Amino acid sequence: MAHGPAVKLGKDNASAYKTKLGVKMFIAYTLVYAIFVAINATTPKTMQSIVLGQTAAVIWGFGLIGLALVMAVIYNHLCTRAEARMNS
Amino acid sequence: MIYTQSPLAIGLFIFFVSFVLGLSFYLARRTSSADSYYAAGGNVHWFTNGIAFAGDYLSAASFLGICGMIATAGYDGWMYSIGYLAGWIVALFLVAEPMKRLGKYTFTDALDSKFNSKSIQLTAAISTLLVSVFYLIPQMVGAGVLVQPLLGLPHWVGVCIVGVVVTIIVATAGMASTTYVQFFKGSLLLIMSTVVVIYVLTQGLSTSPVNNGQPYHDFKTLQADAALNISEAGYSVVSGLDSEFGKADFVKLTKDGRETIWHLNKNNQGFRLEETLYVTKMADGTKTFNGAAKEKGQFFPVGHIKELRVNGQEVATTGAVGPLAYLSALKDSTIVLWGKKYIHDGANTVTVYYQKPTPGDRVLRPGLKFKVDNATGTQTFNFVSLMLALFCGTAALPHILIRYYTVPSQAAARKSTIVAIAAIGFFYILTLFLGMGAMTNGVINLTDNNMSAPLLALSFGVVLFSVISSLAFATVLGTVSGLIVAASGAVAHDLMDNFLGMRMTDHGKVRAGKISAVVVGCIAIYLGIIFEGMNVSFLVGWAFAVAASANLPAILMLLFWKRTTAKGIAASISVGLVSSLGLILISPDMWVRYGYLPTDAPISFNSPALISIPLSFLALVVVSMITQKDLVTTTATETAGA
Repeated sequence: MAHGPAVKLGKDNASAYKTKLGVKMFIAYTLVYAIFVAINATTPKTMQSIVLGQTAAVIWGFGLIGLALVMAVIYNHLCTRAEARMNS
Repeated sequence: MIYTQSPLAIGLFIFFVSFVLGLSFYLARRTSSADSYYAAGGNVHWFTNGIAFAGDYLSAASFLGICGMIATAGYDGWMYSIGYLAGWIVALFLVAEPMKRLGKYTFTDALDSKFNSKSIQLTAAISTLLVSVFYLIPQMVGAGVLVQPLLGLPHWVGVCIVGVVVTIIVATAGMASTTYVQFFKGSLLLIMSTVVVIYVLTQGLSTSPVNNGQPYHDFKTLQADAALNISEAGYSVVSGLDSEFGKADFVKLTKDGRETIWHLNKNNQGFRLEETLYVTKMADGTKTFNGAAKEKGQFFPVGHIKELRVNGQEVATTGAVGPLAYLSALKDSTIVLWGKKYIHDGANTVTVYYQKPTPGDRVLRPGLKFKVDNATGTQTFNFVSLMLALFCGTAALPHILIRYYTVPSQAAARKSTIVAIAAIGFFYILTLFLGMGAMTNGVINLTDNNMSAPLLALSFGVVLFSVISSLAFATVLGTVSGLIVAASGAVAHDLMDNFLGMRMTDHGKVRAGKISAVVVGCIAIYLGIIFEGMNVSFLVGWAFAVAASANLPAILMLLFWKRTTAKGIAASISVGLVSSLGLILISPDMWVRYGYLPTDAPISFNSPALISIPLSFLALVVVSMITQKDLVTTTATETAGA
């Protein structure tokens, strides 16, 4: 039995660009996440300090969730632009 | 804690169930081919699919488990939200488009796209089945937990209702009905959670929370001298300083024939005694709650602020506040959390819950549940390993991955993931307010914090409680249906069709999928009943660790390492499965469940990901290097970036 997609997909010339972009953005986010985990694991009291009127832990939490969305939107914008440019 | 069944709750429950069943029967008429059954025809709109992703992902563990954990352990519970959301970055940047490009119906299709290997088909199908079943059990247990307060029915009835309804949903229209049920449930979950948070912020914070018109129980304090002579008349000591209670800093008193347990705090005059809550388990297994039967309502809901401060001033209430002002006030205040100790009292085991006033800024940073302060190497290992499993697990969950086959293009797969990140991220921000709202509104049932979010809704009135509880039930329905689609696809498509080579017509494939769904549904009902009482989050943690270990290394290496071979992938899945499951089974947490001391367990950590994920990668690399001669590349298939 064939394993290919359930619907026929056209050739995507932007595939290589999107893969490289995805890897770079993944590494960037993973670094931020790793720093967050490292601070919590090694100096958790740092997370109790007050930043912008909240604990640093709360700011980190909102920041990581917000950063994920912002990076996702940027990634989609760049991918869509590349698809328009390379697949036209 | 007593729950009273509301006709509105029952009516809403029946409406939800009728709606999803009606939708399934309607869509069943359009589900005759394998494409429509397994992939909803591959033409679902990306926005619909994105919200359906959220519906799939926001399971009972997210809605009930995380809110309950935040309500009792503060920020540590929210760490799960942060880790789960971060996992979607792996899905978006590395997995979404390649999965769409390589697969057809199942996760195994994508892994096997380059090789057509029997070993991949078998190992990936087994992995899909195991991960789906581990994920199914807590959902079914969650259904049983919910049905008791909602409908007043026993646990097994709730499990059976979910099992039967979901099996009908999946067996009628497969992925098509599952997608729209998820969309419906995901949308409602976001809307209603927002409504509850608006209620929380509008009410603000208070040192005297009111729970659905009922004032908060006034936990008393007494003064005693060093010899335990109680200053208030009428109390006499039953178990003093030399007893097992005294050794654990408690004392058992009696007044007017009623026994109570008090927490001892030394002060200048002797001791300050604080009222506790306790559950006594008799030798015959029966339980009393604060010395009385559960129905007597003596085991009070808890959660309050001891000292509320706004801008440095101590106040009794804040009134309506914005979200940041709400967190800021919590940070500056002192919140009463609850500790737990076990005491052997003759043949009885007494679980005593006692007050632990804690600064708000301590609650809003990690360390109350996870041992990160002055942690040992093992404790740090456990924490990092868990955060790794949460990060890596999402992009390896079979019931999430198959949703990429329901959209028409790679761009749609990408966009639906972004919608999912927005929806799930928003929900996880709401969980912080739902959990902290439960922590400070006097609604926590200390014997089962899973019900914190519905009970927070109850504190605002029975209508909101009815909607939220019915929605929580729909949450279970949605997630279970997605899991059964994934599991039935593994049996019918991966094992029967591909691995065993059973030649079937298109109609036959659909029928095989439906029969598999019924069988998996029956197994899920059975497991949901026998695992009653098991912690919901515990098994979800297993599923994430196993998925991250068995599936993710294989997916990533297939996409990004051209020397990956079929045997390497099969070895990676096998090693990931065996090592993660093996380490879980010999972990201290499991040792307790076997009835042994956790310190006697062969290993000292509970979270296996930090070992099993690297082992899985290593197995893939080593076996692929050894089997390079087997590597067959075809020009018809492609890897990421090629």
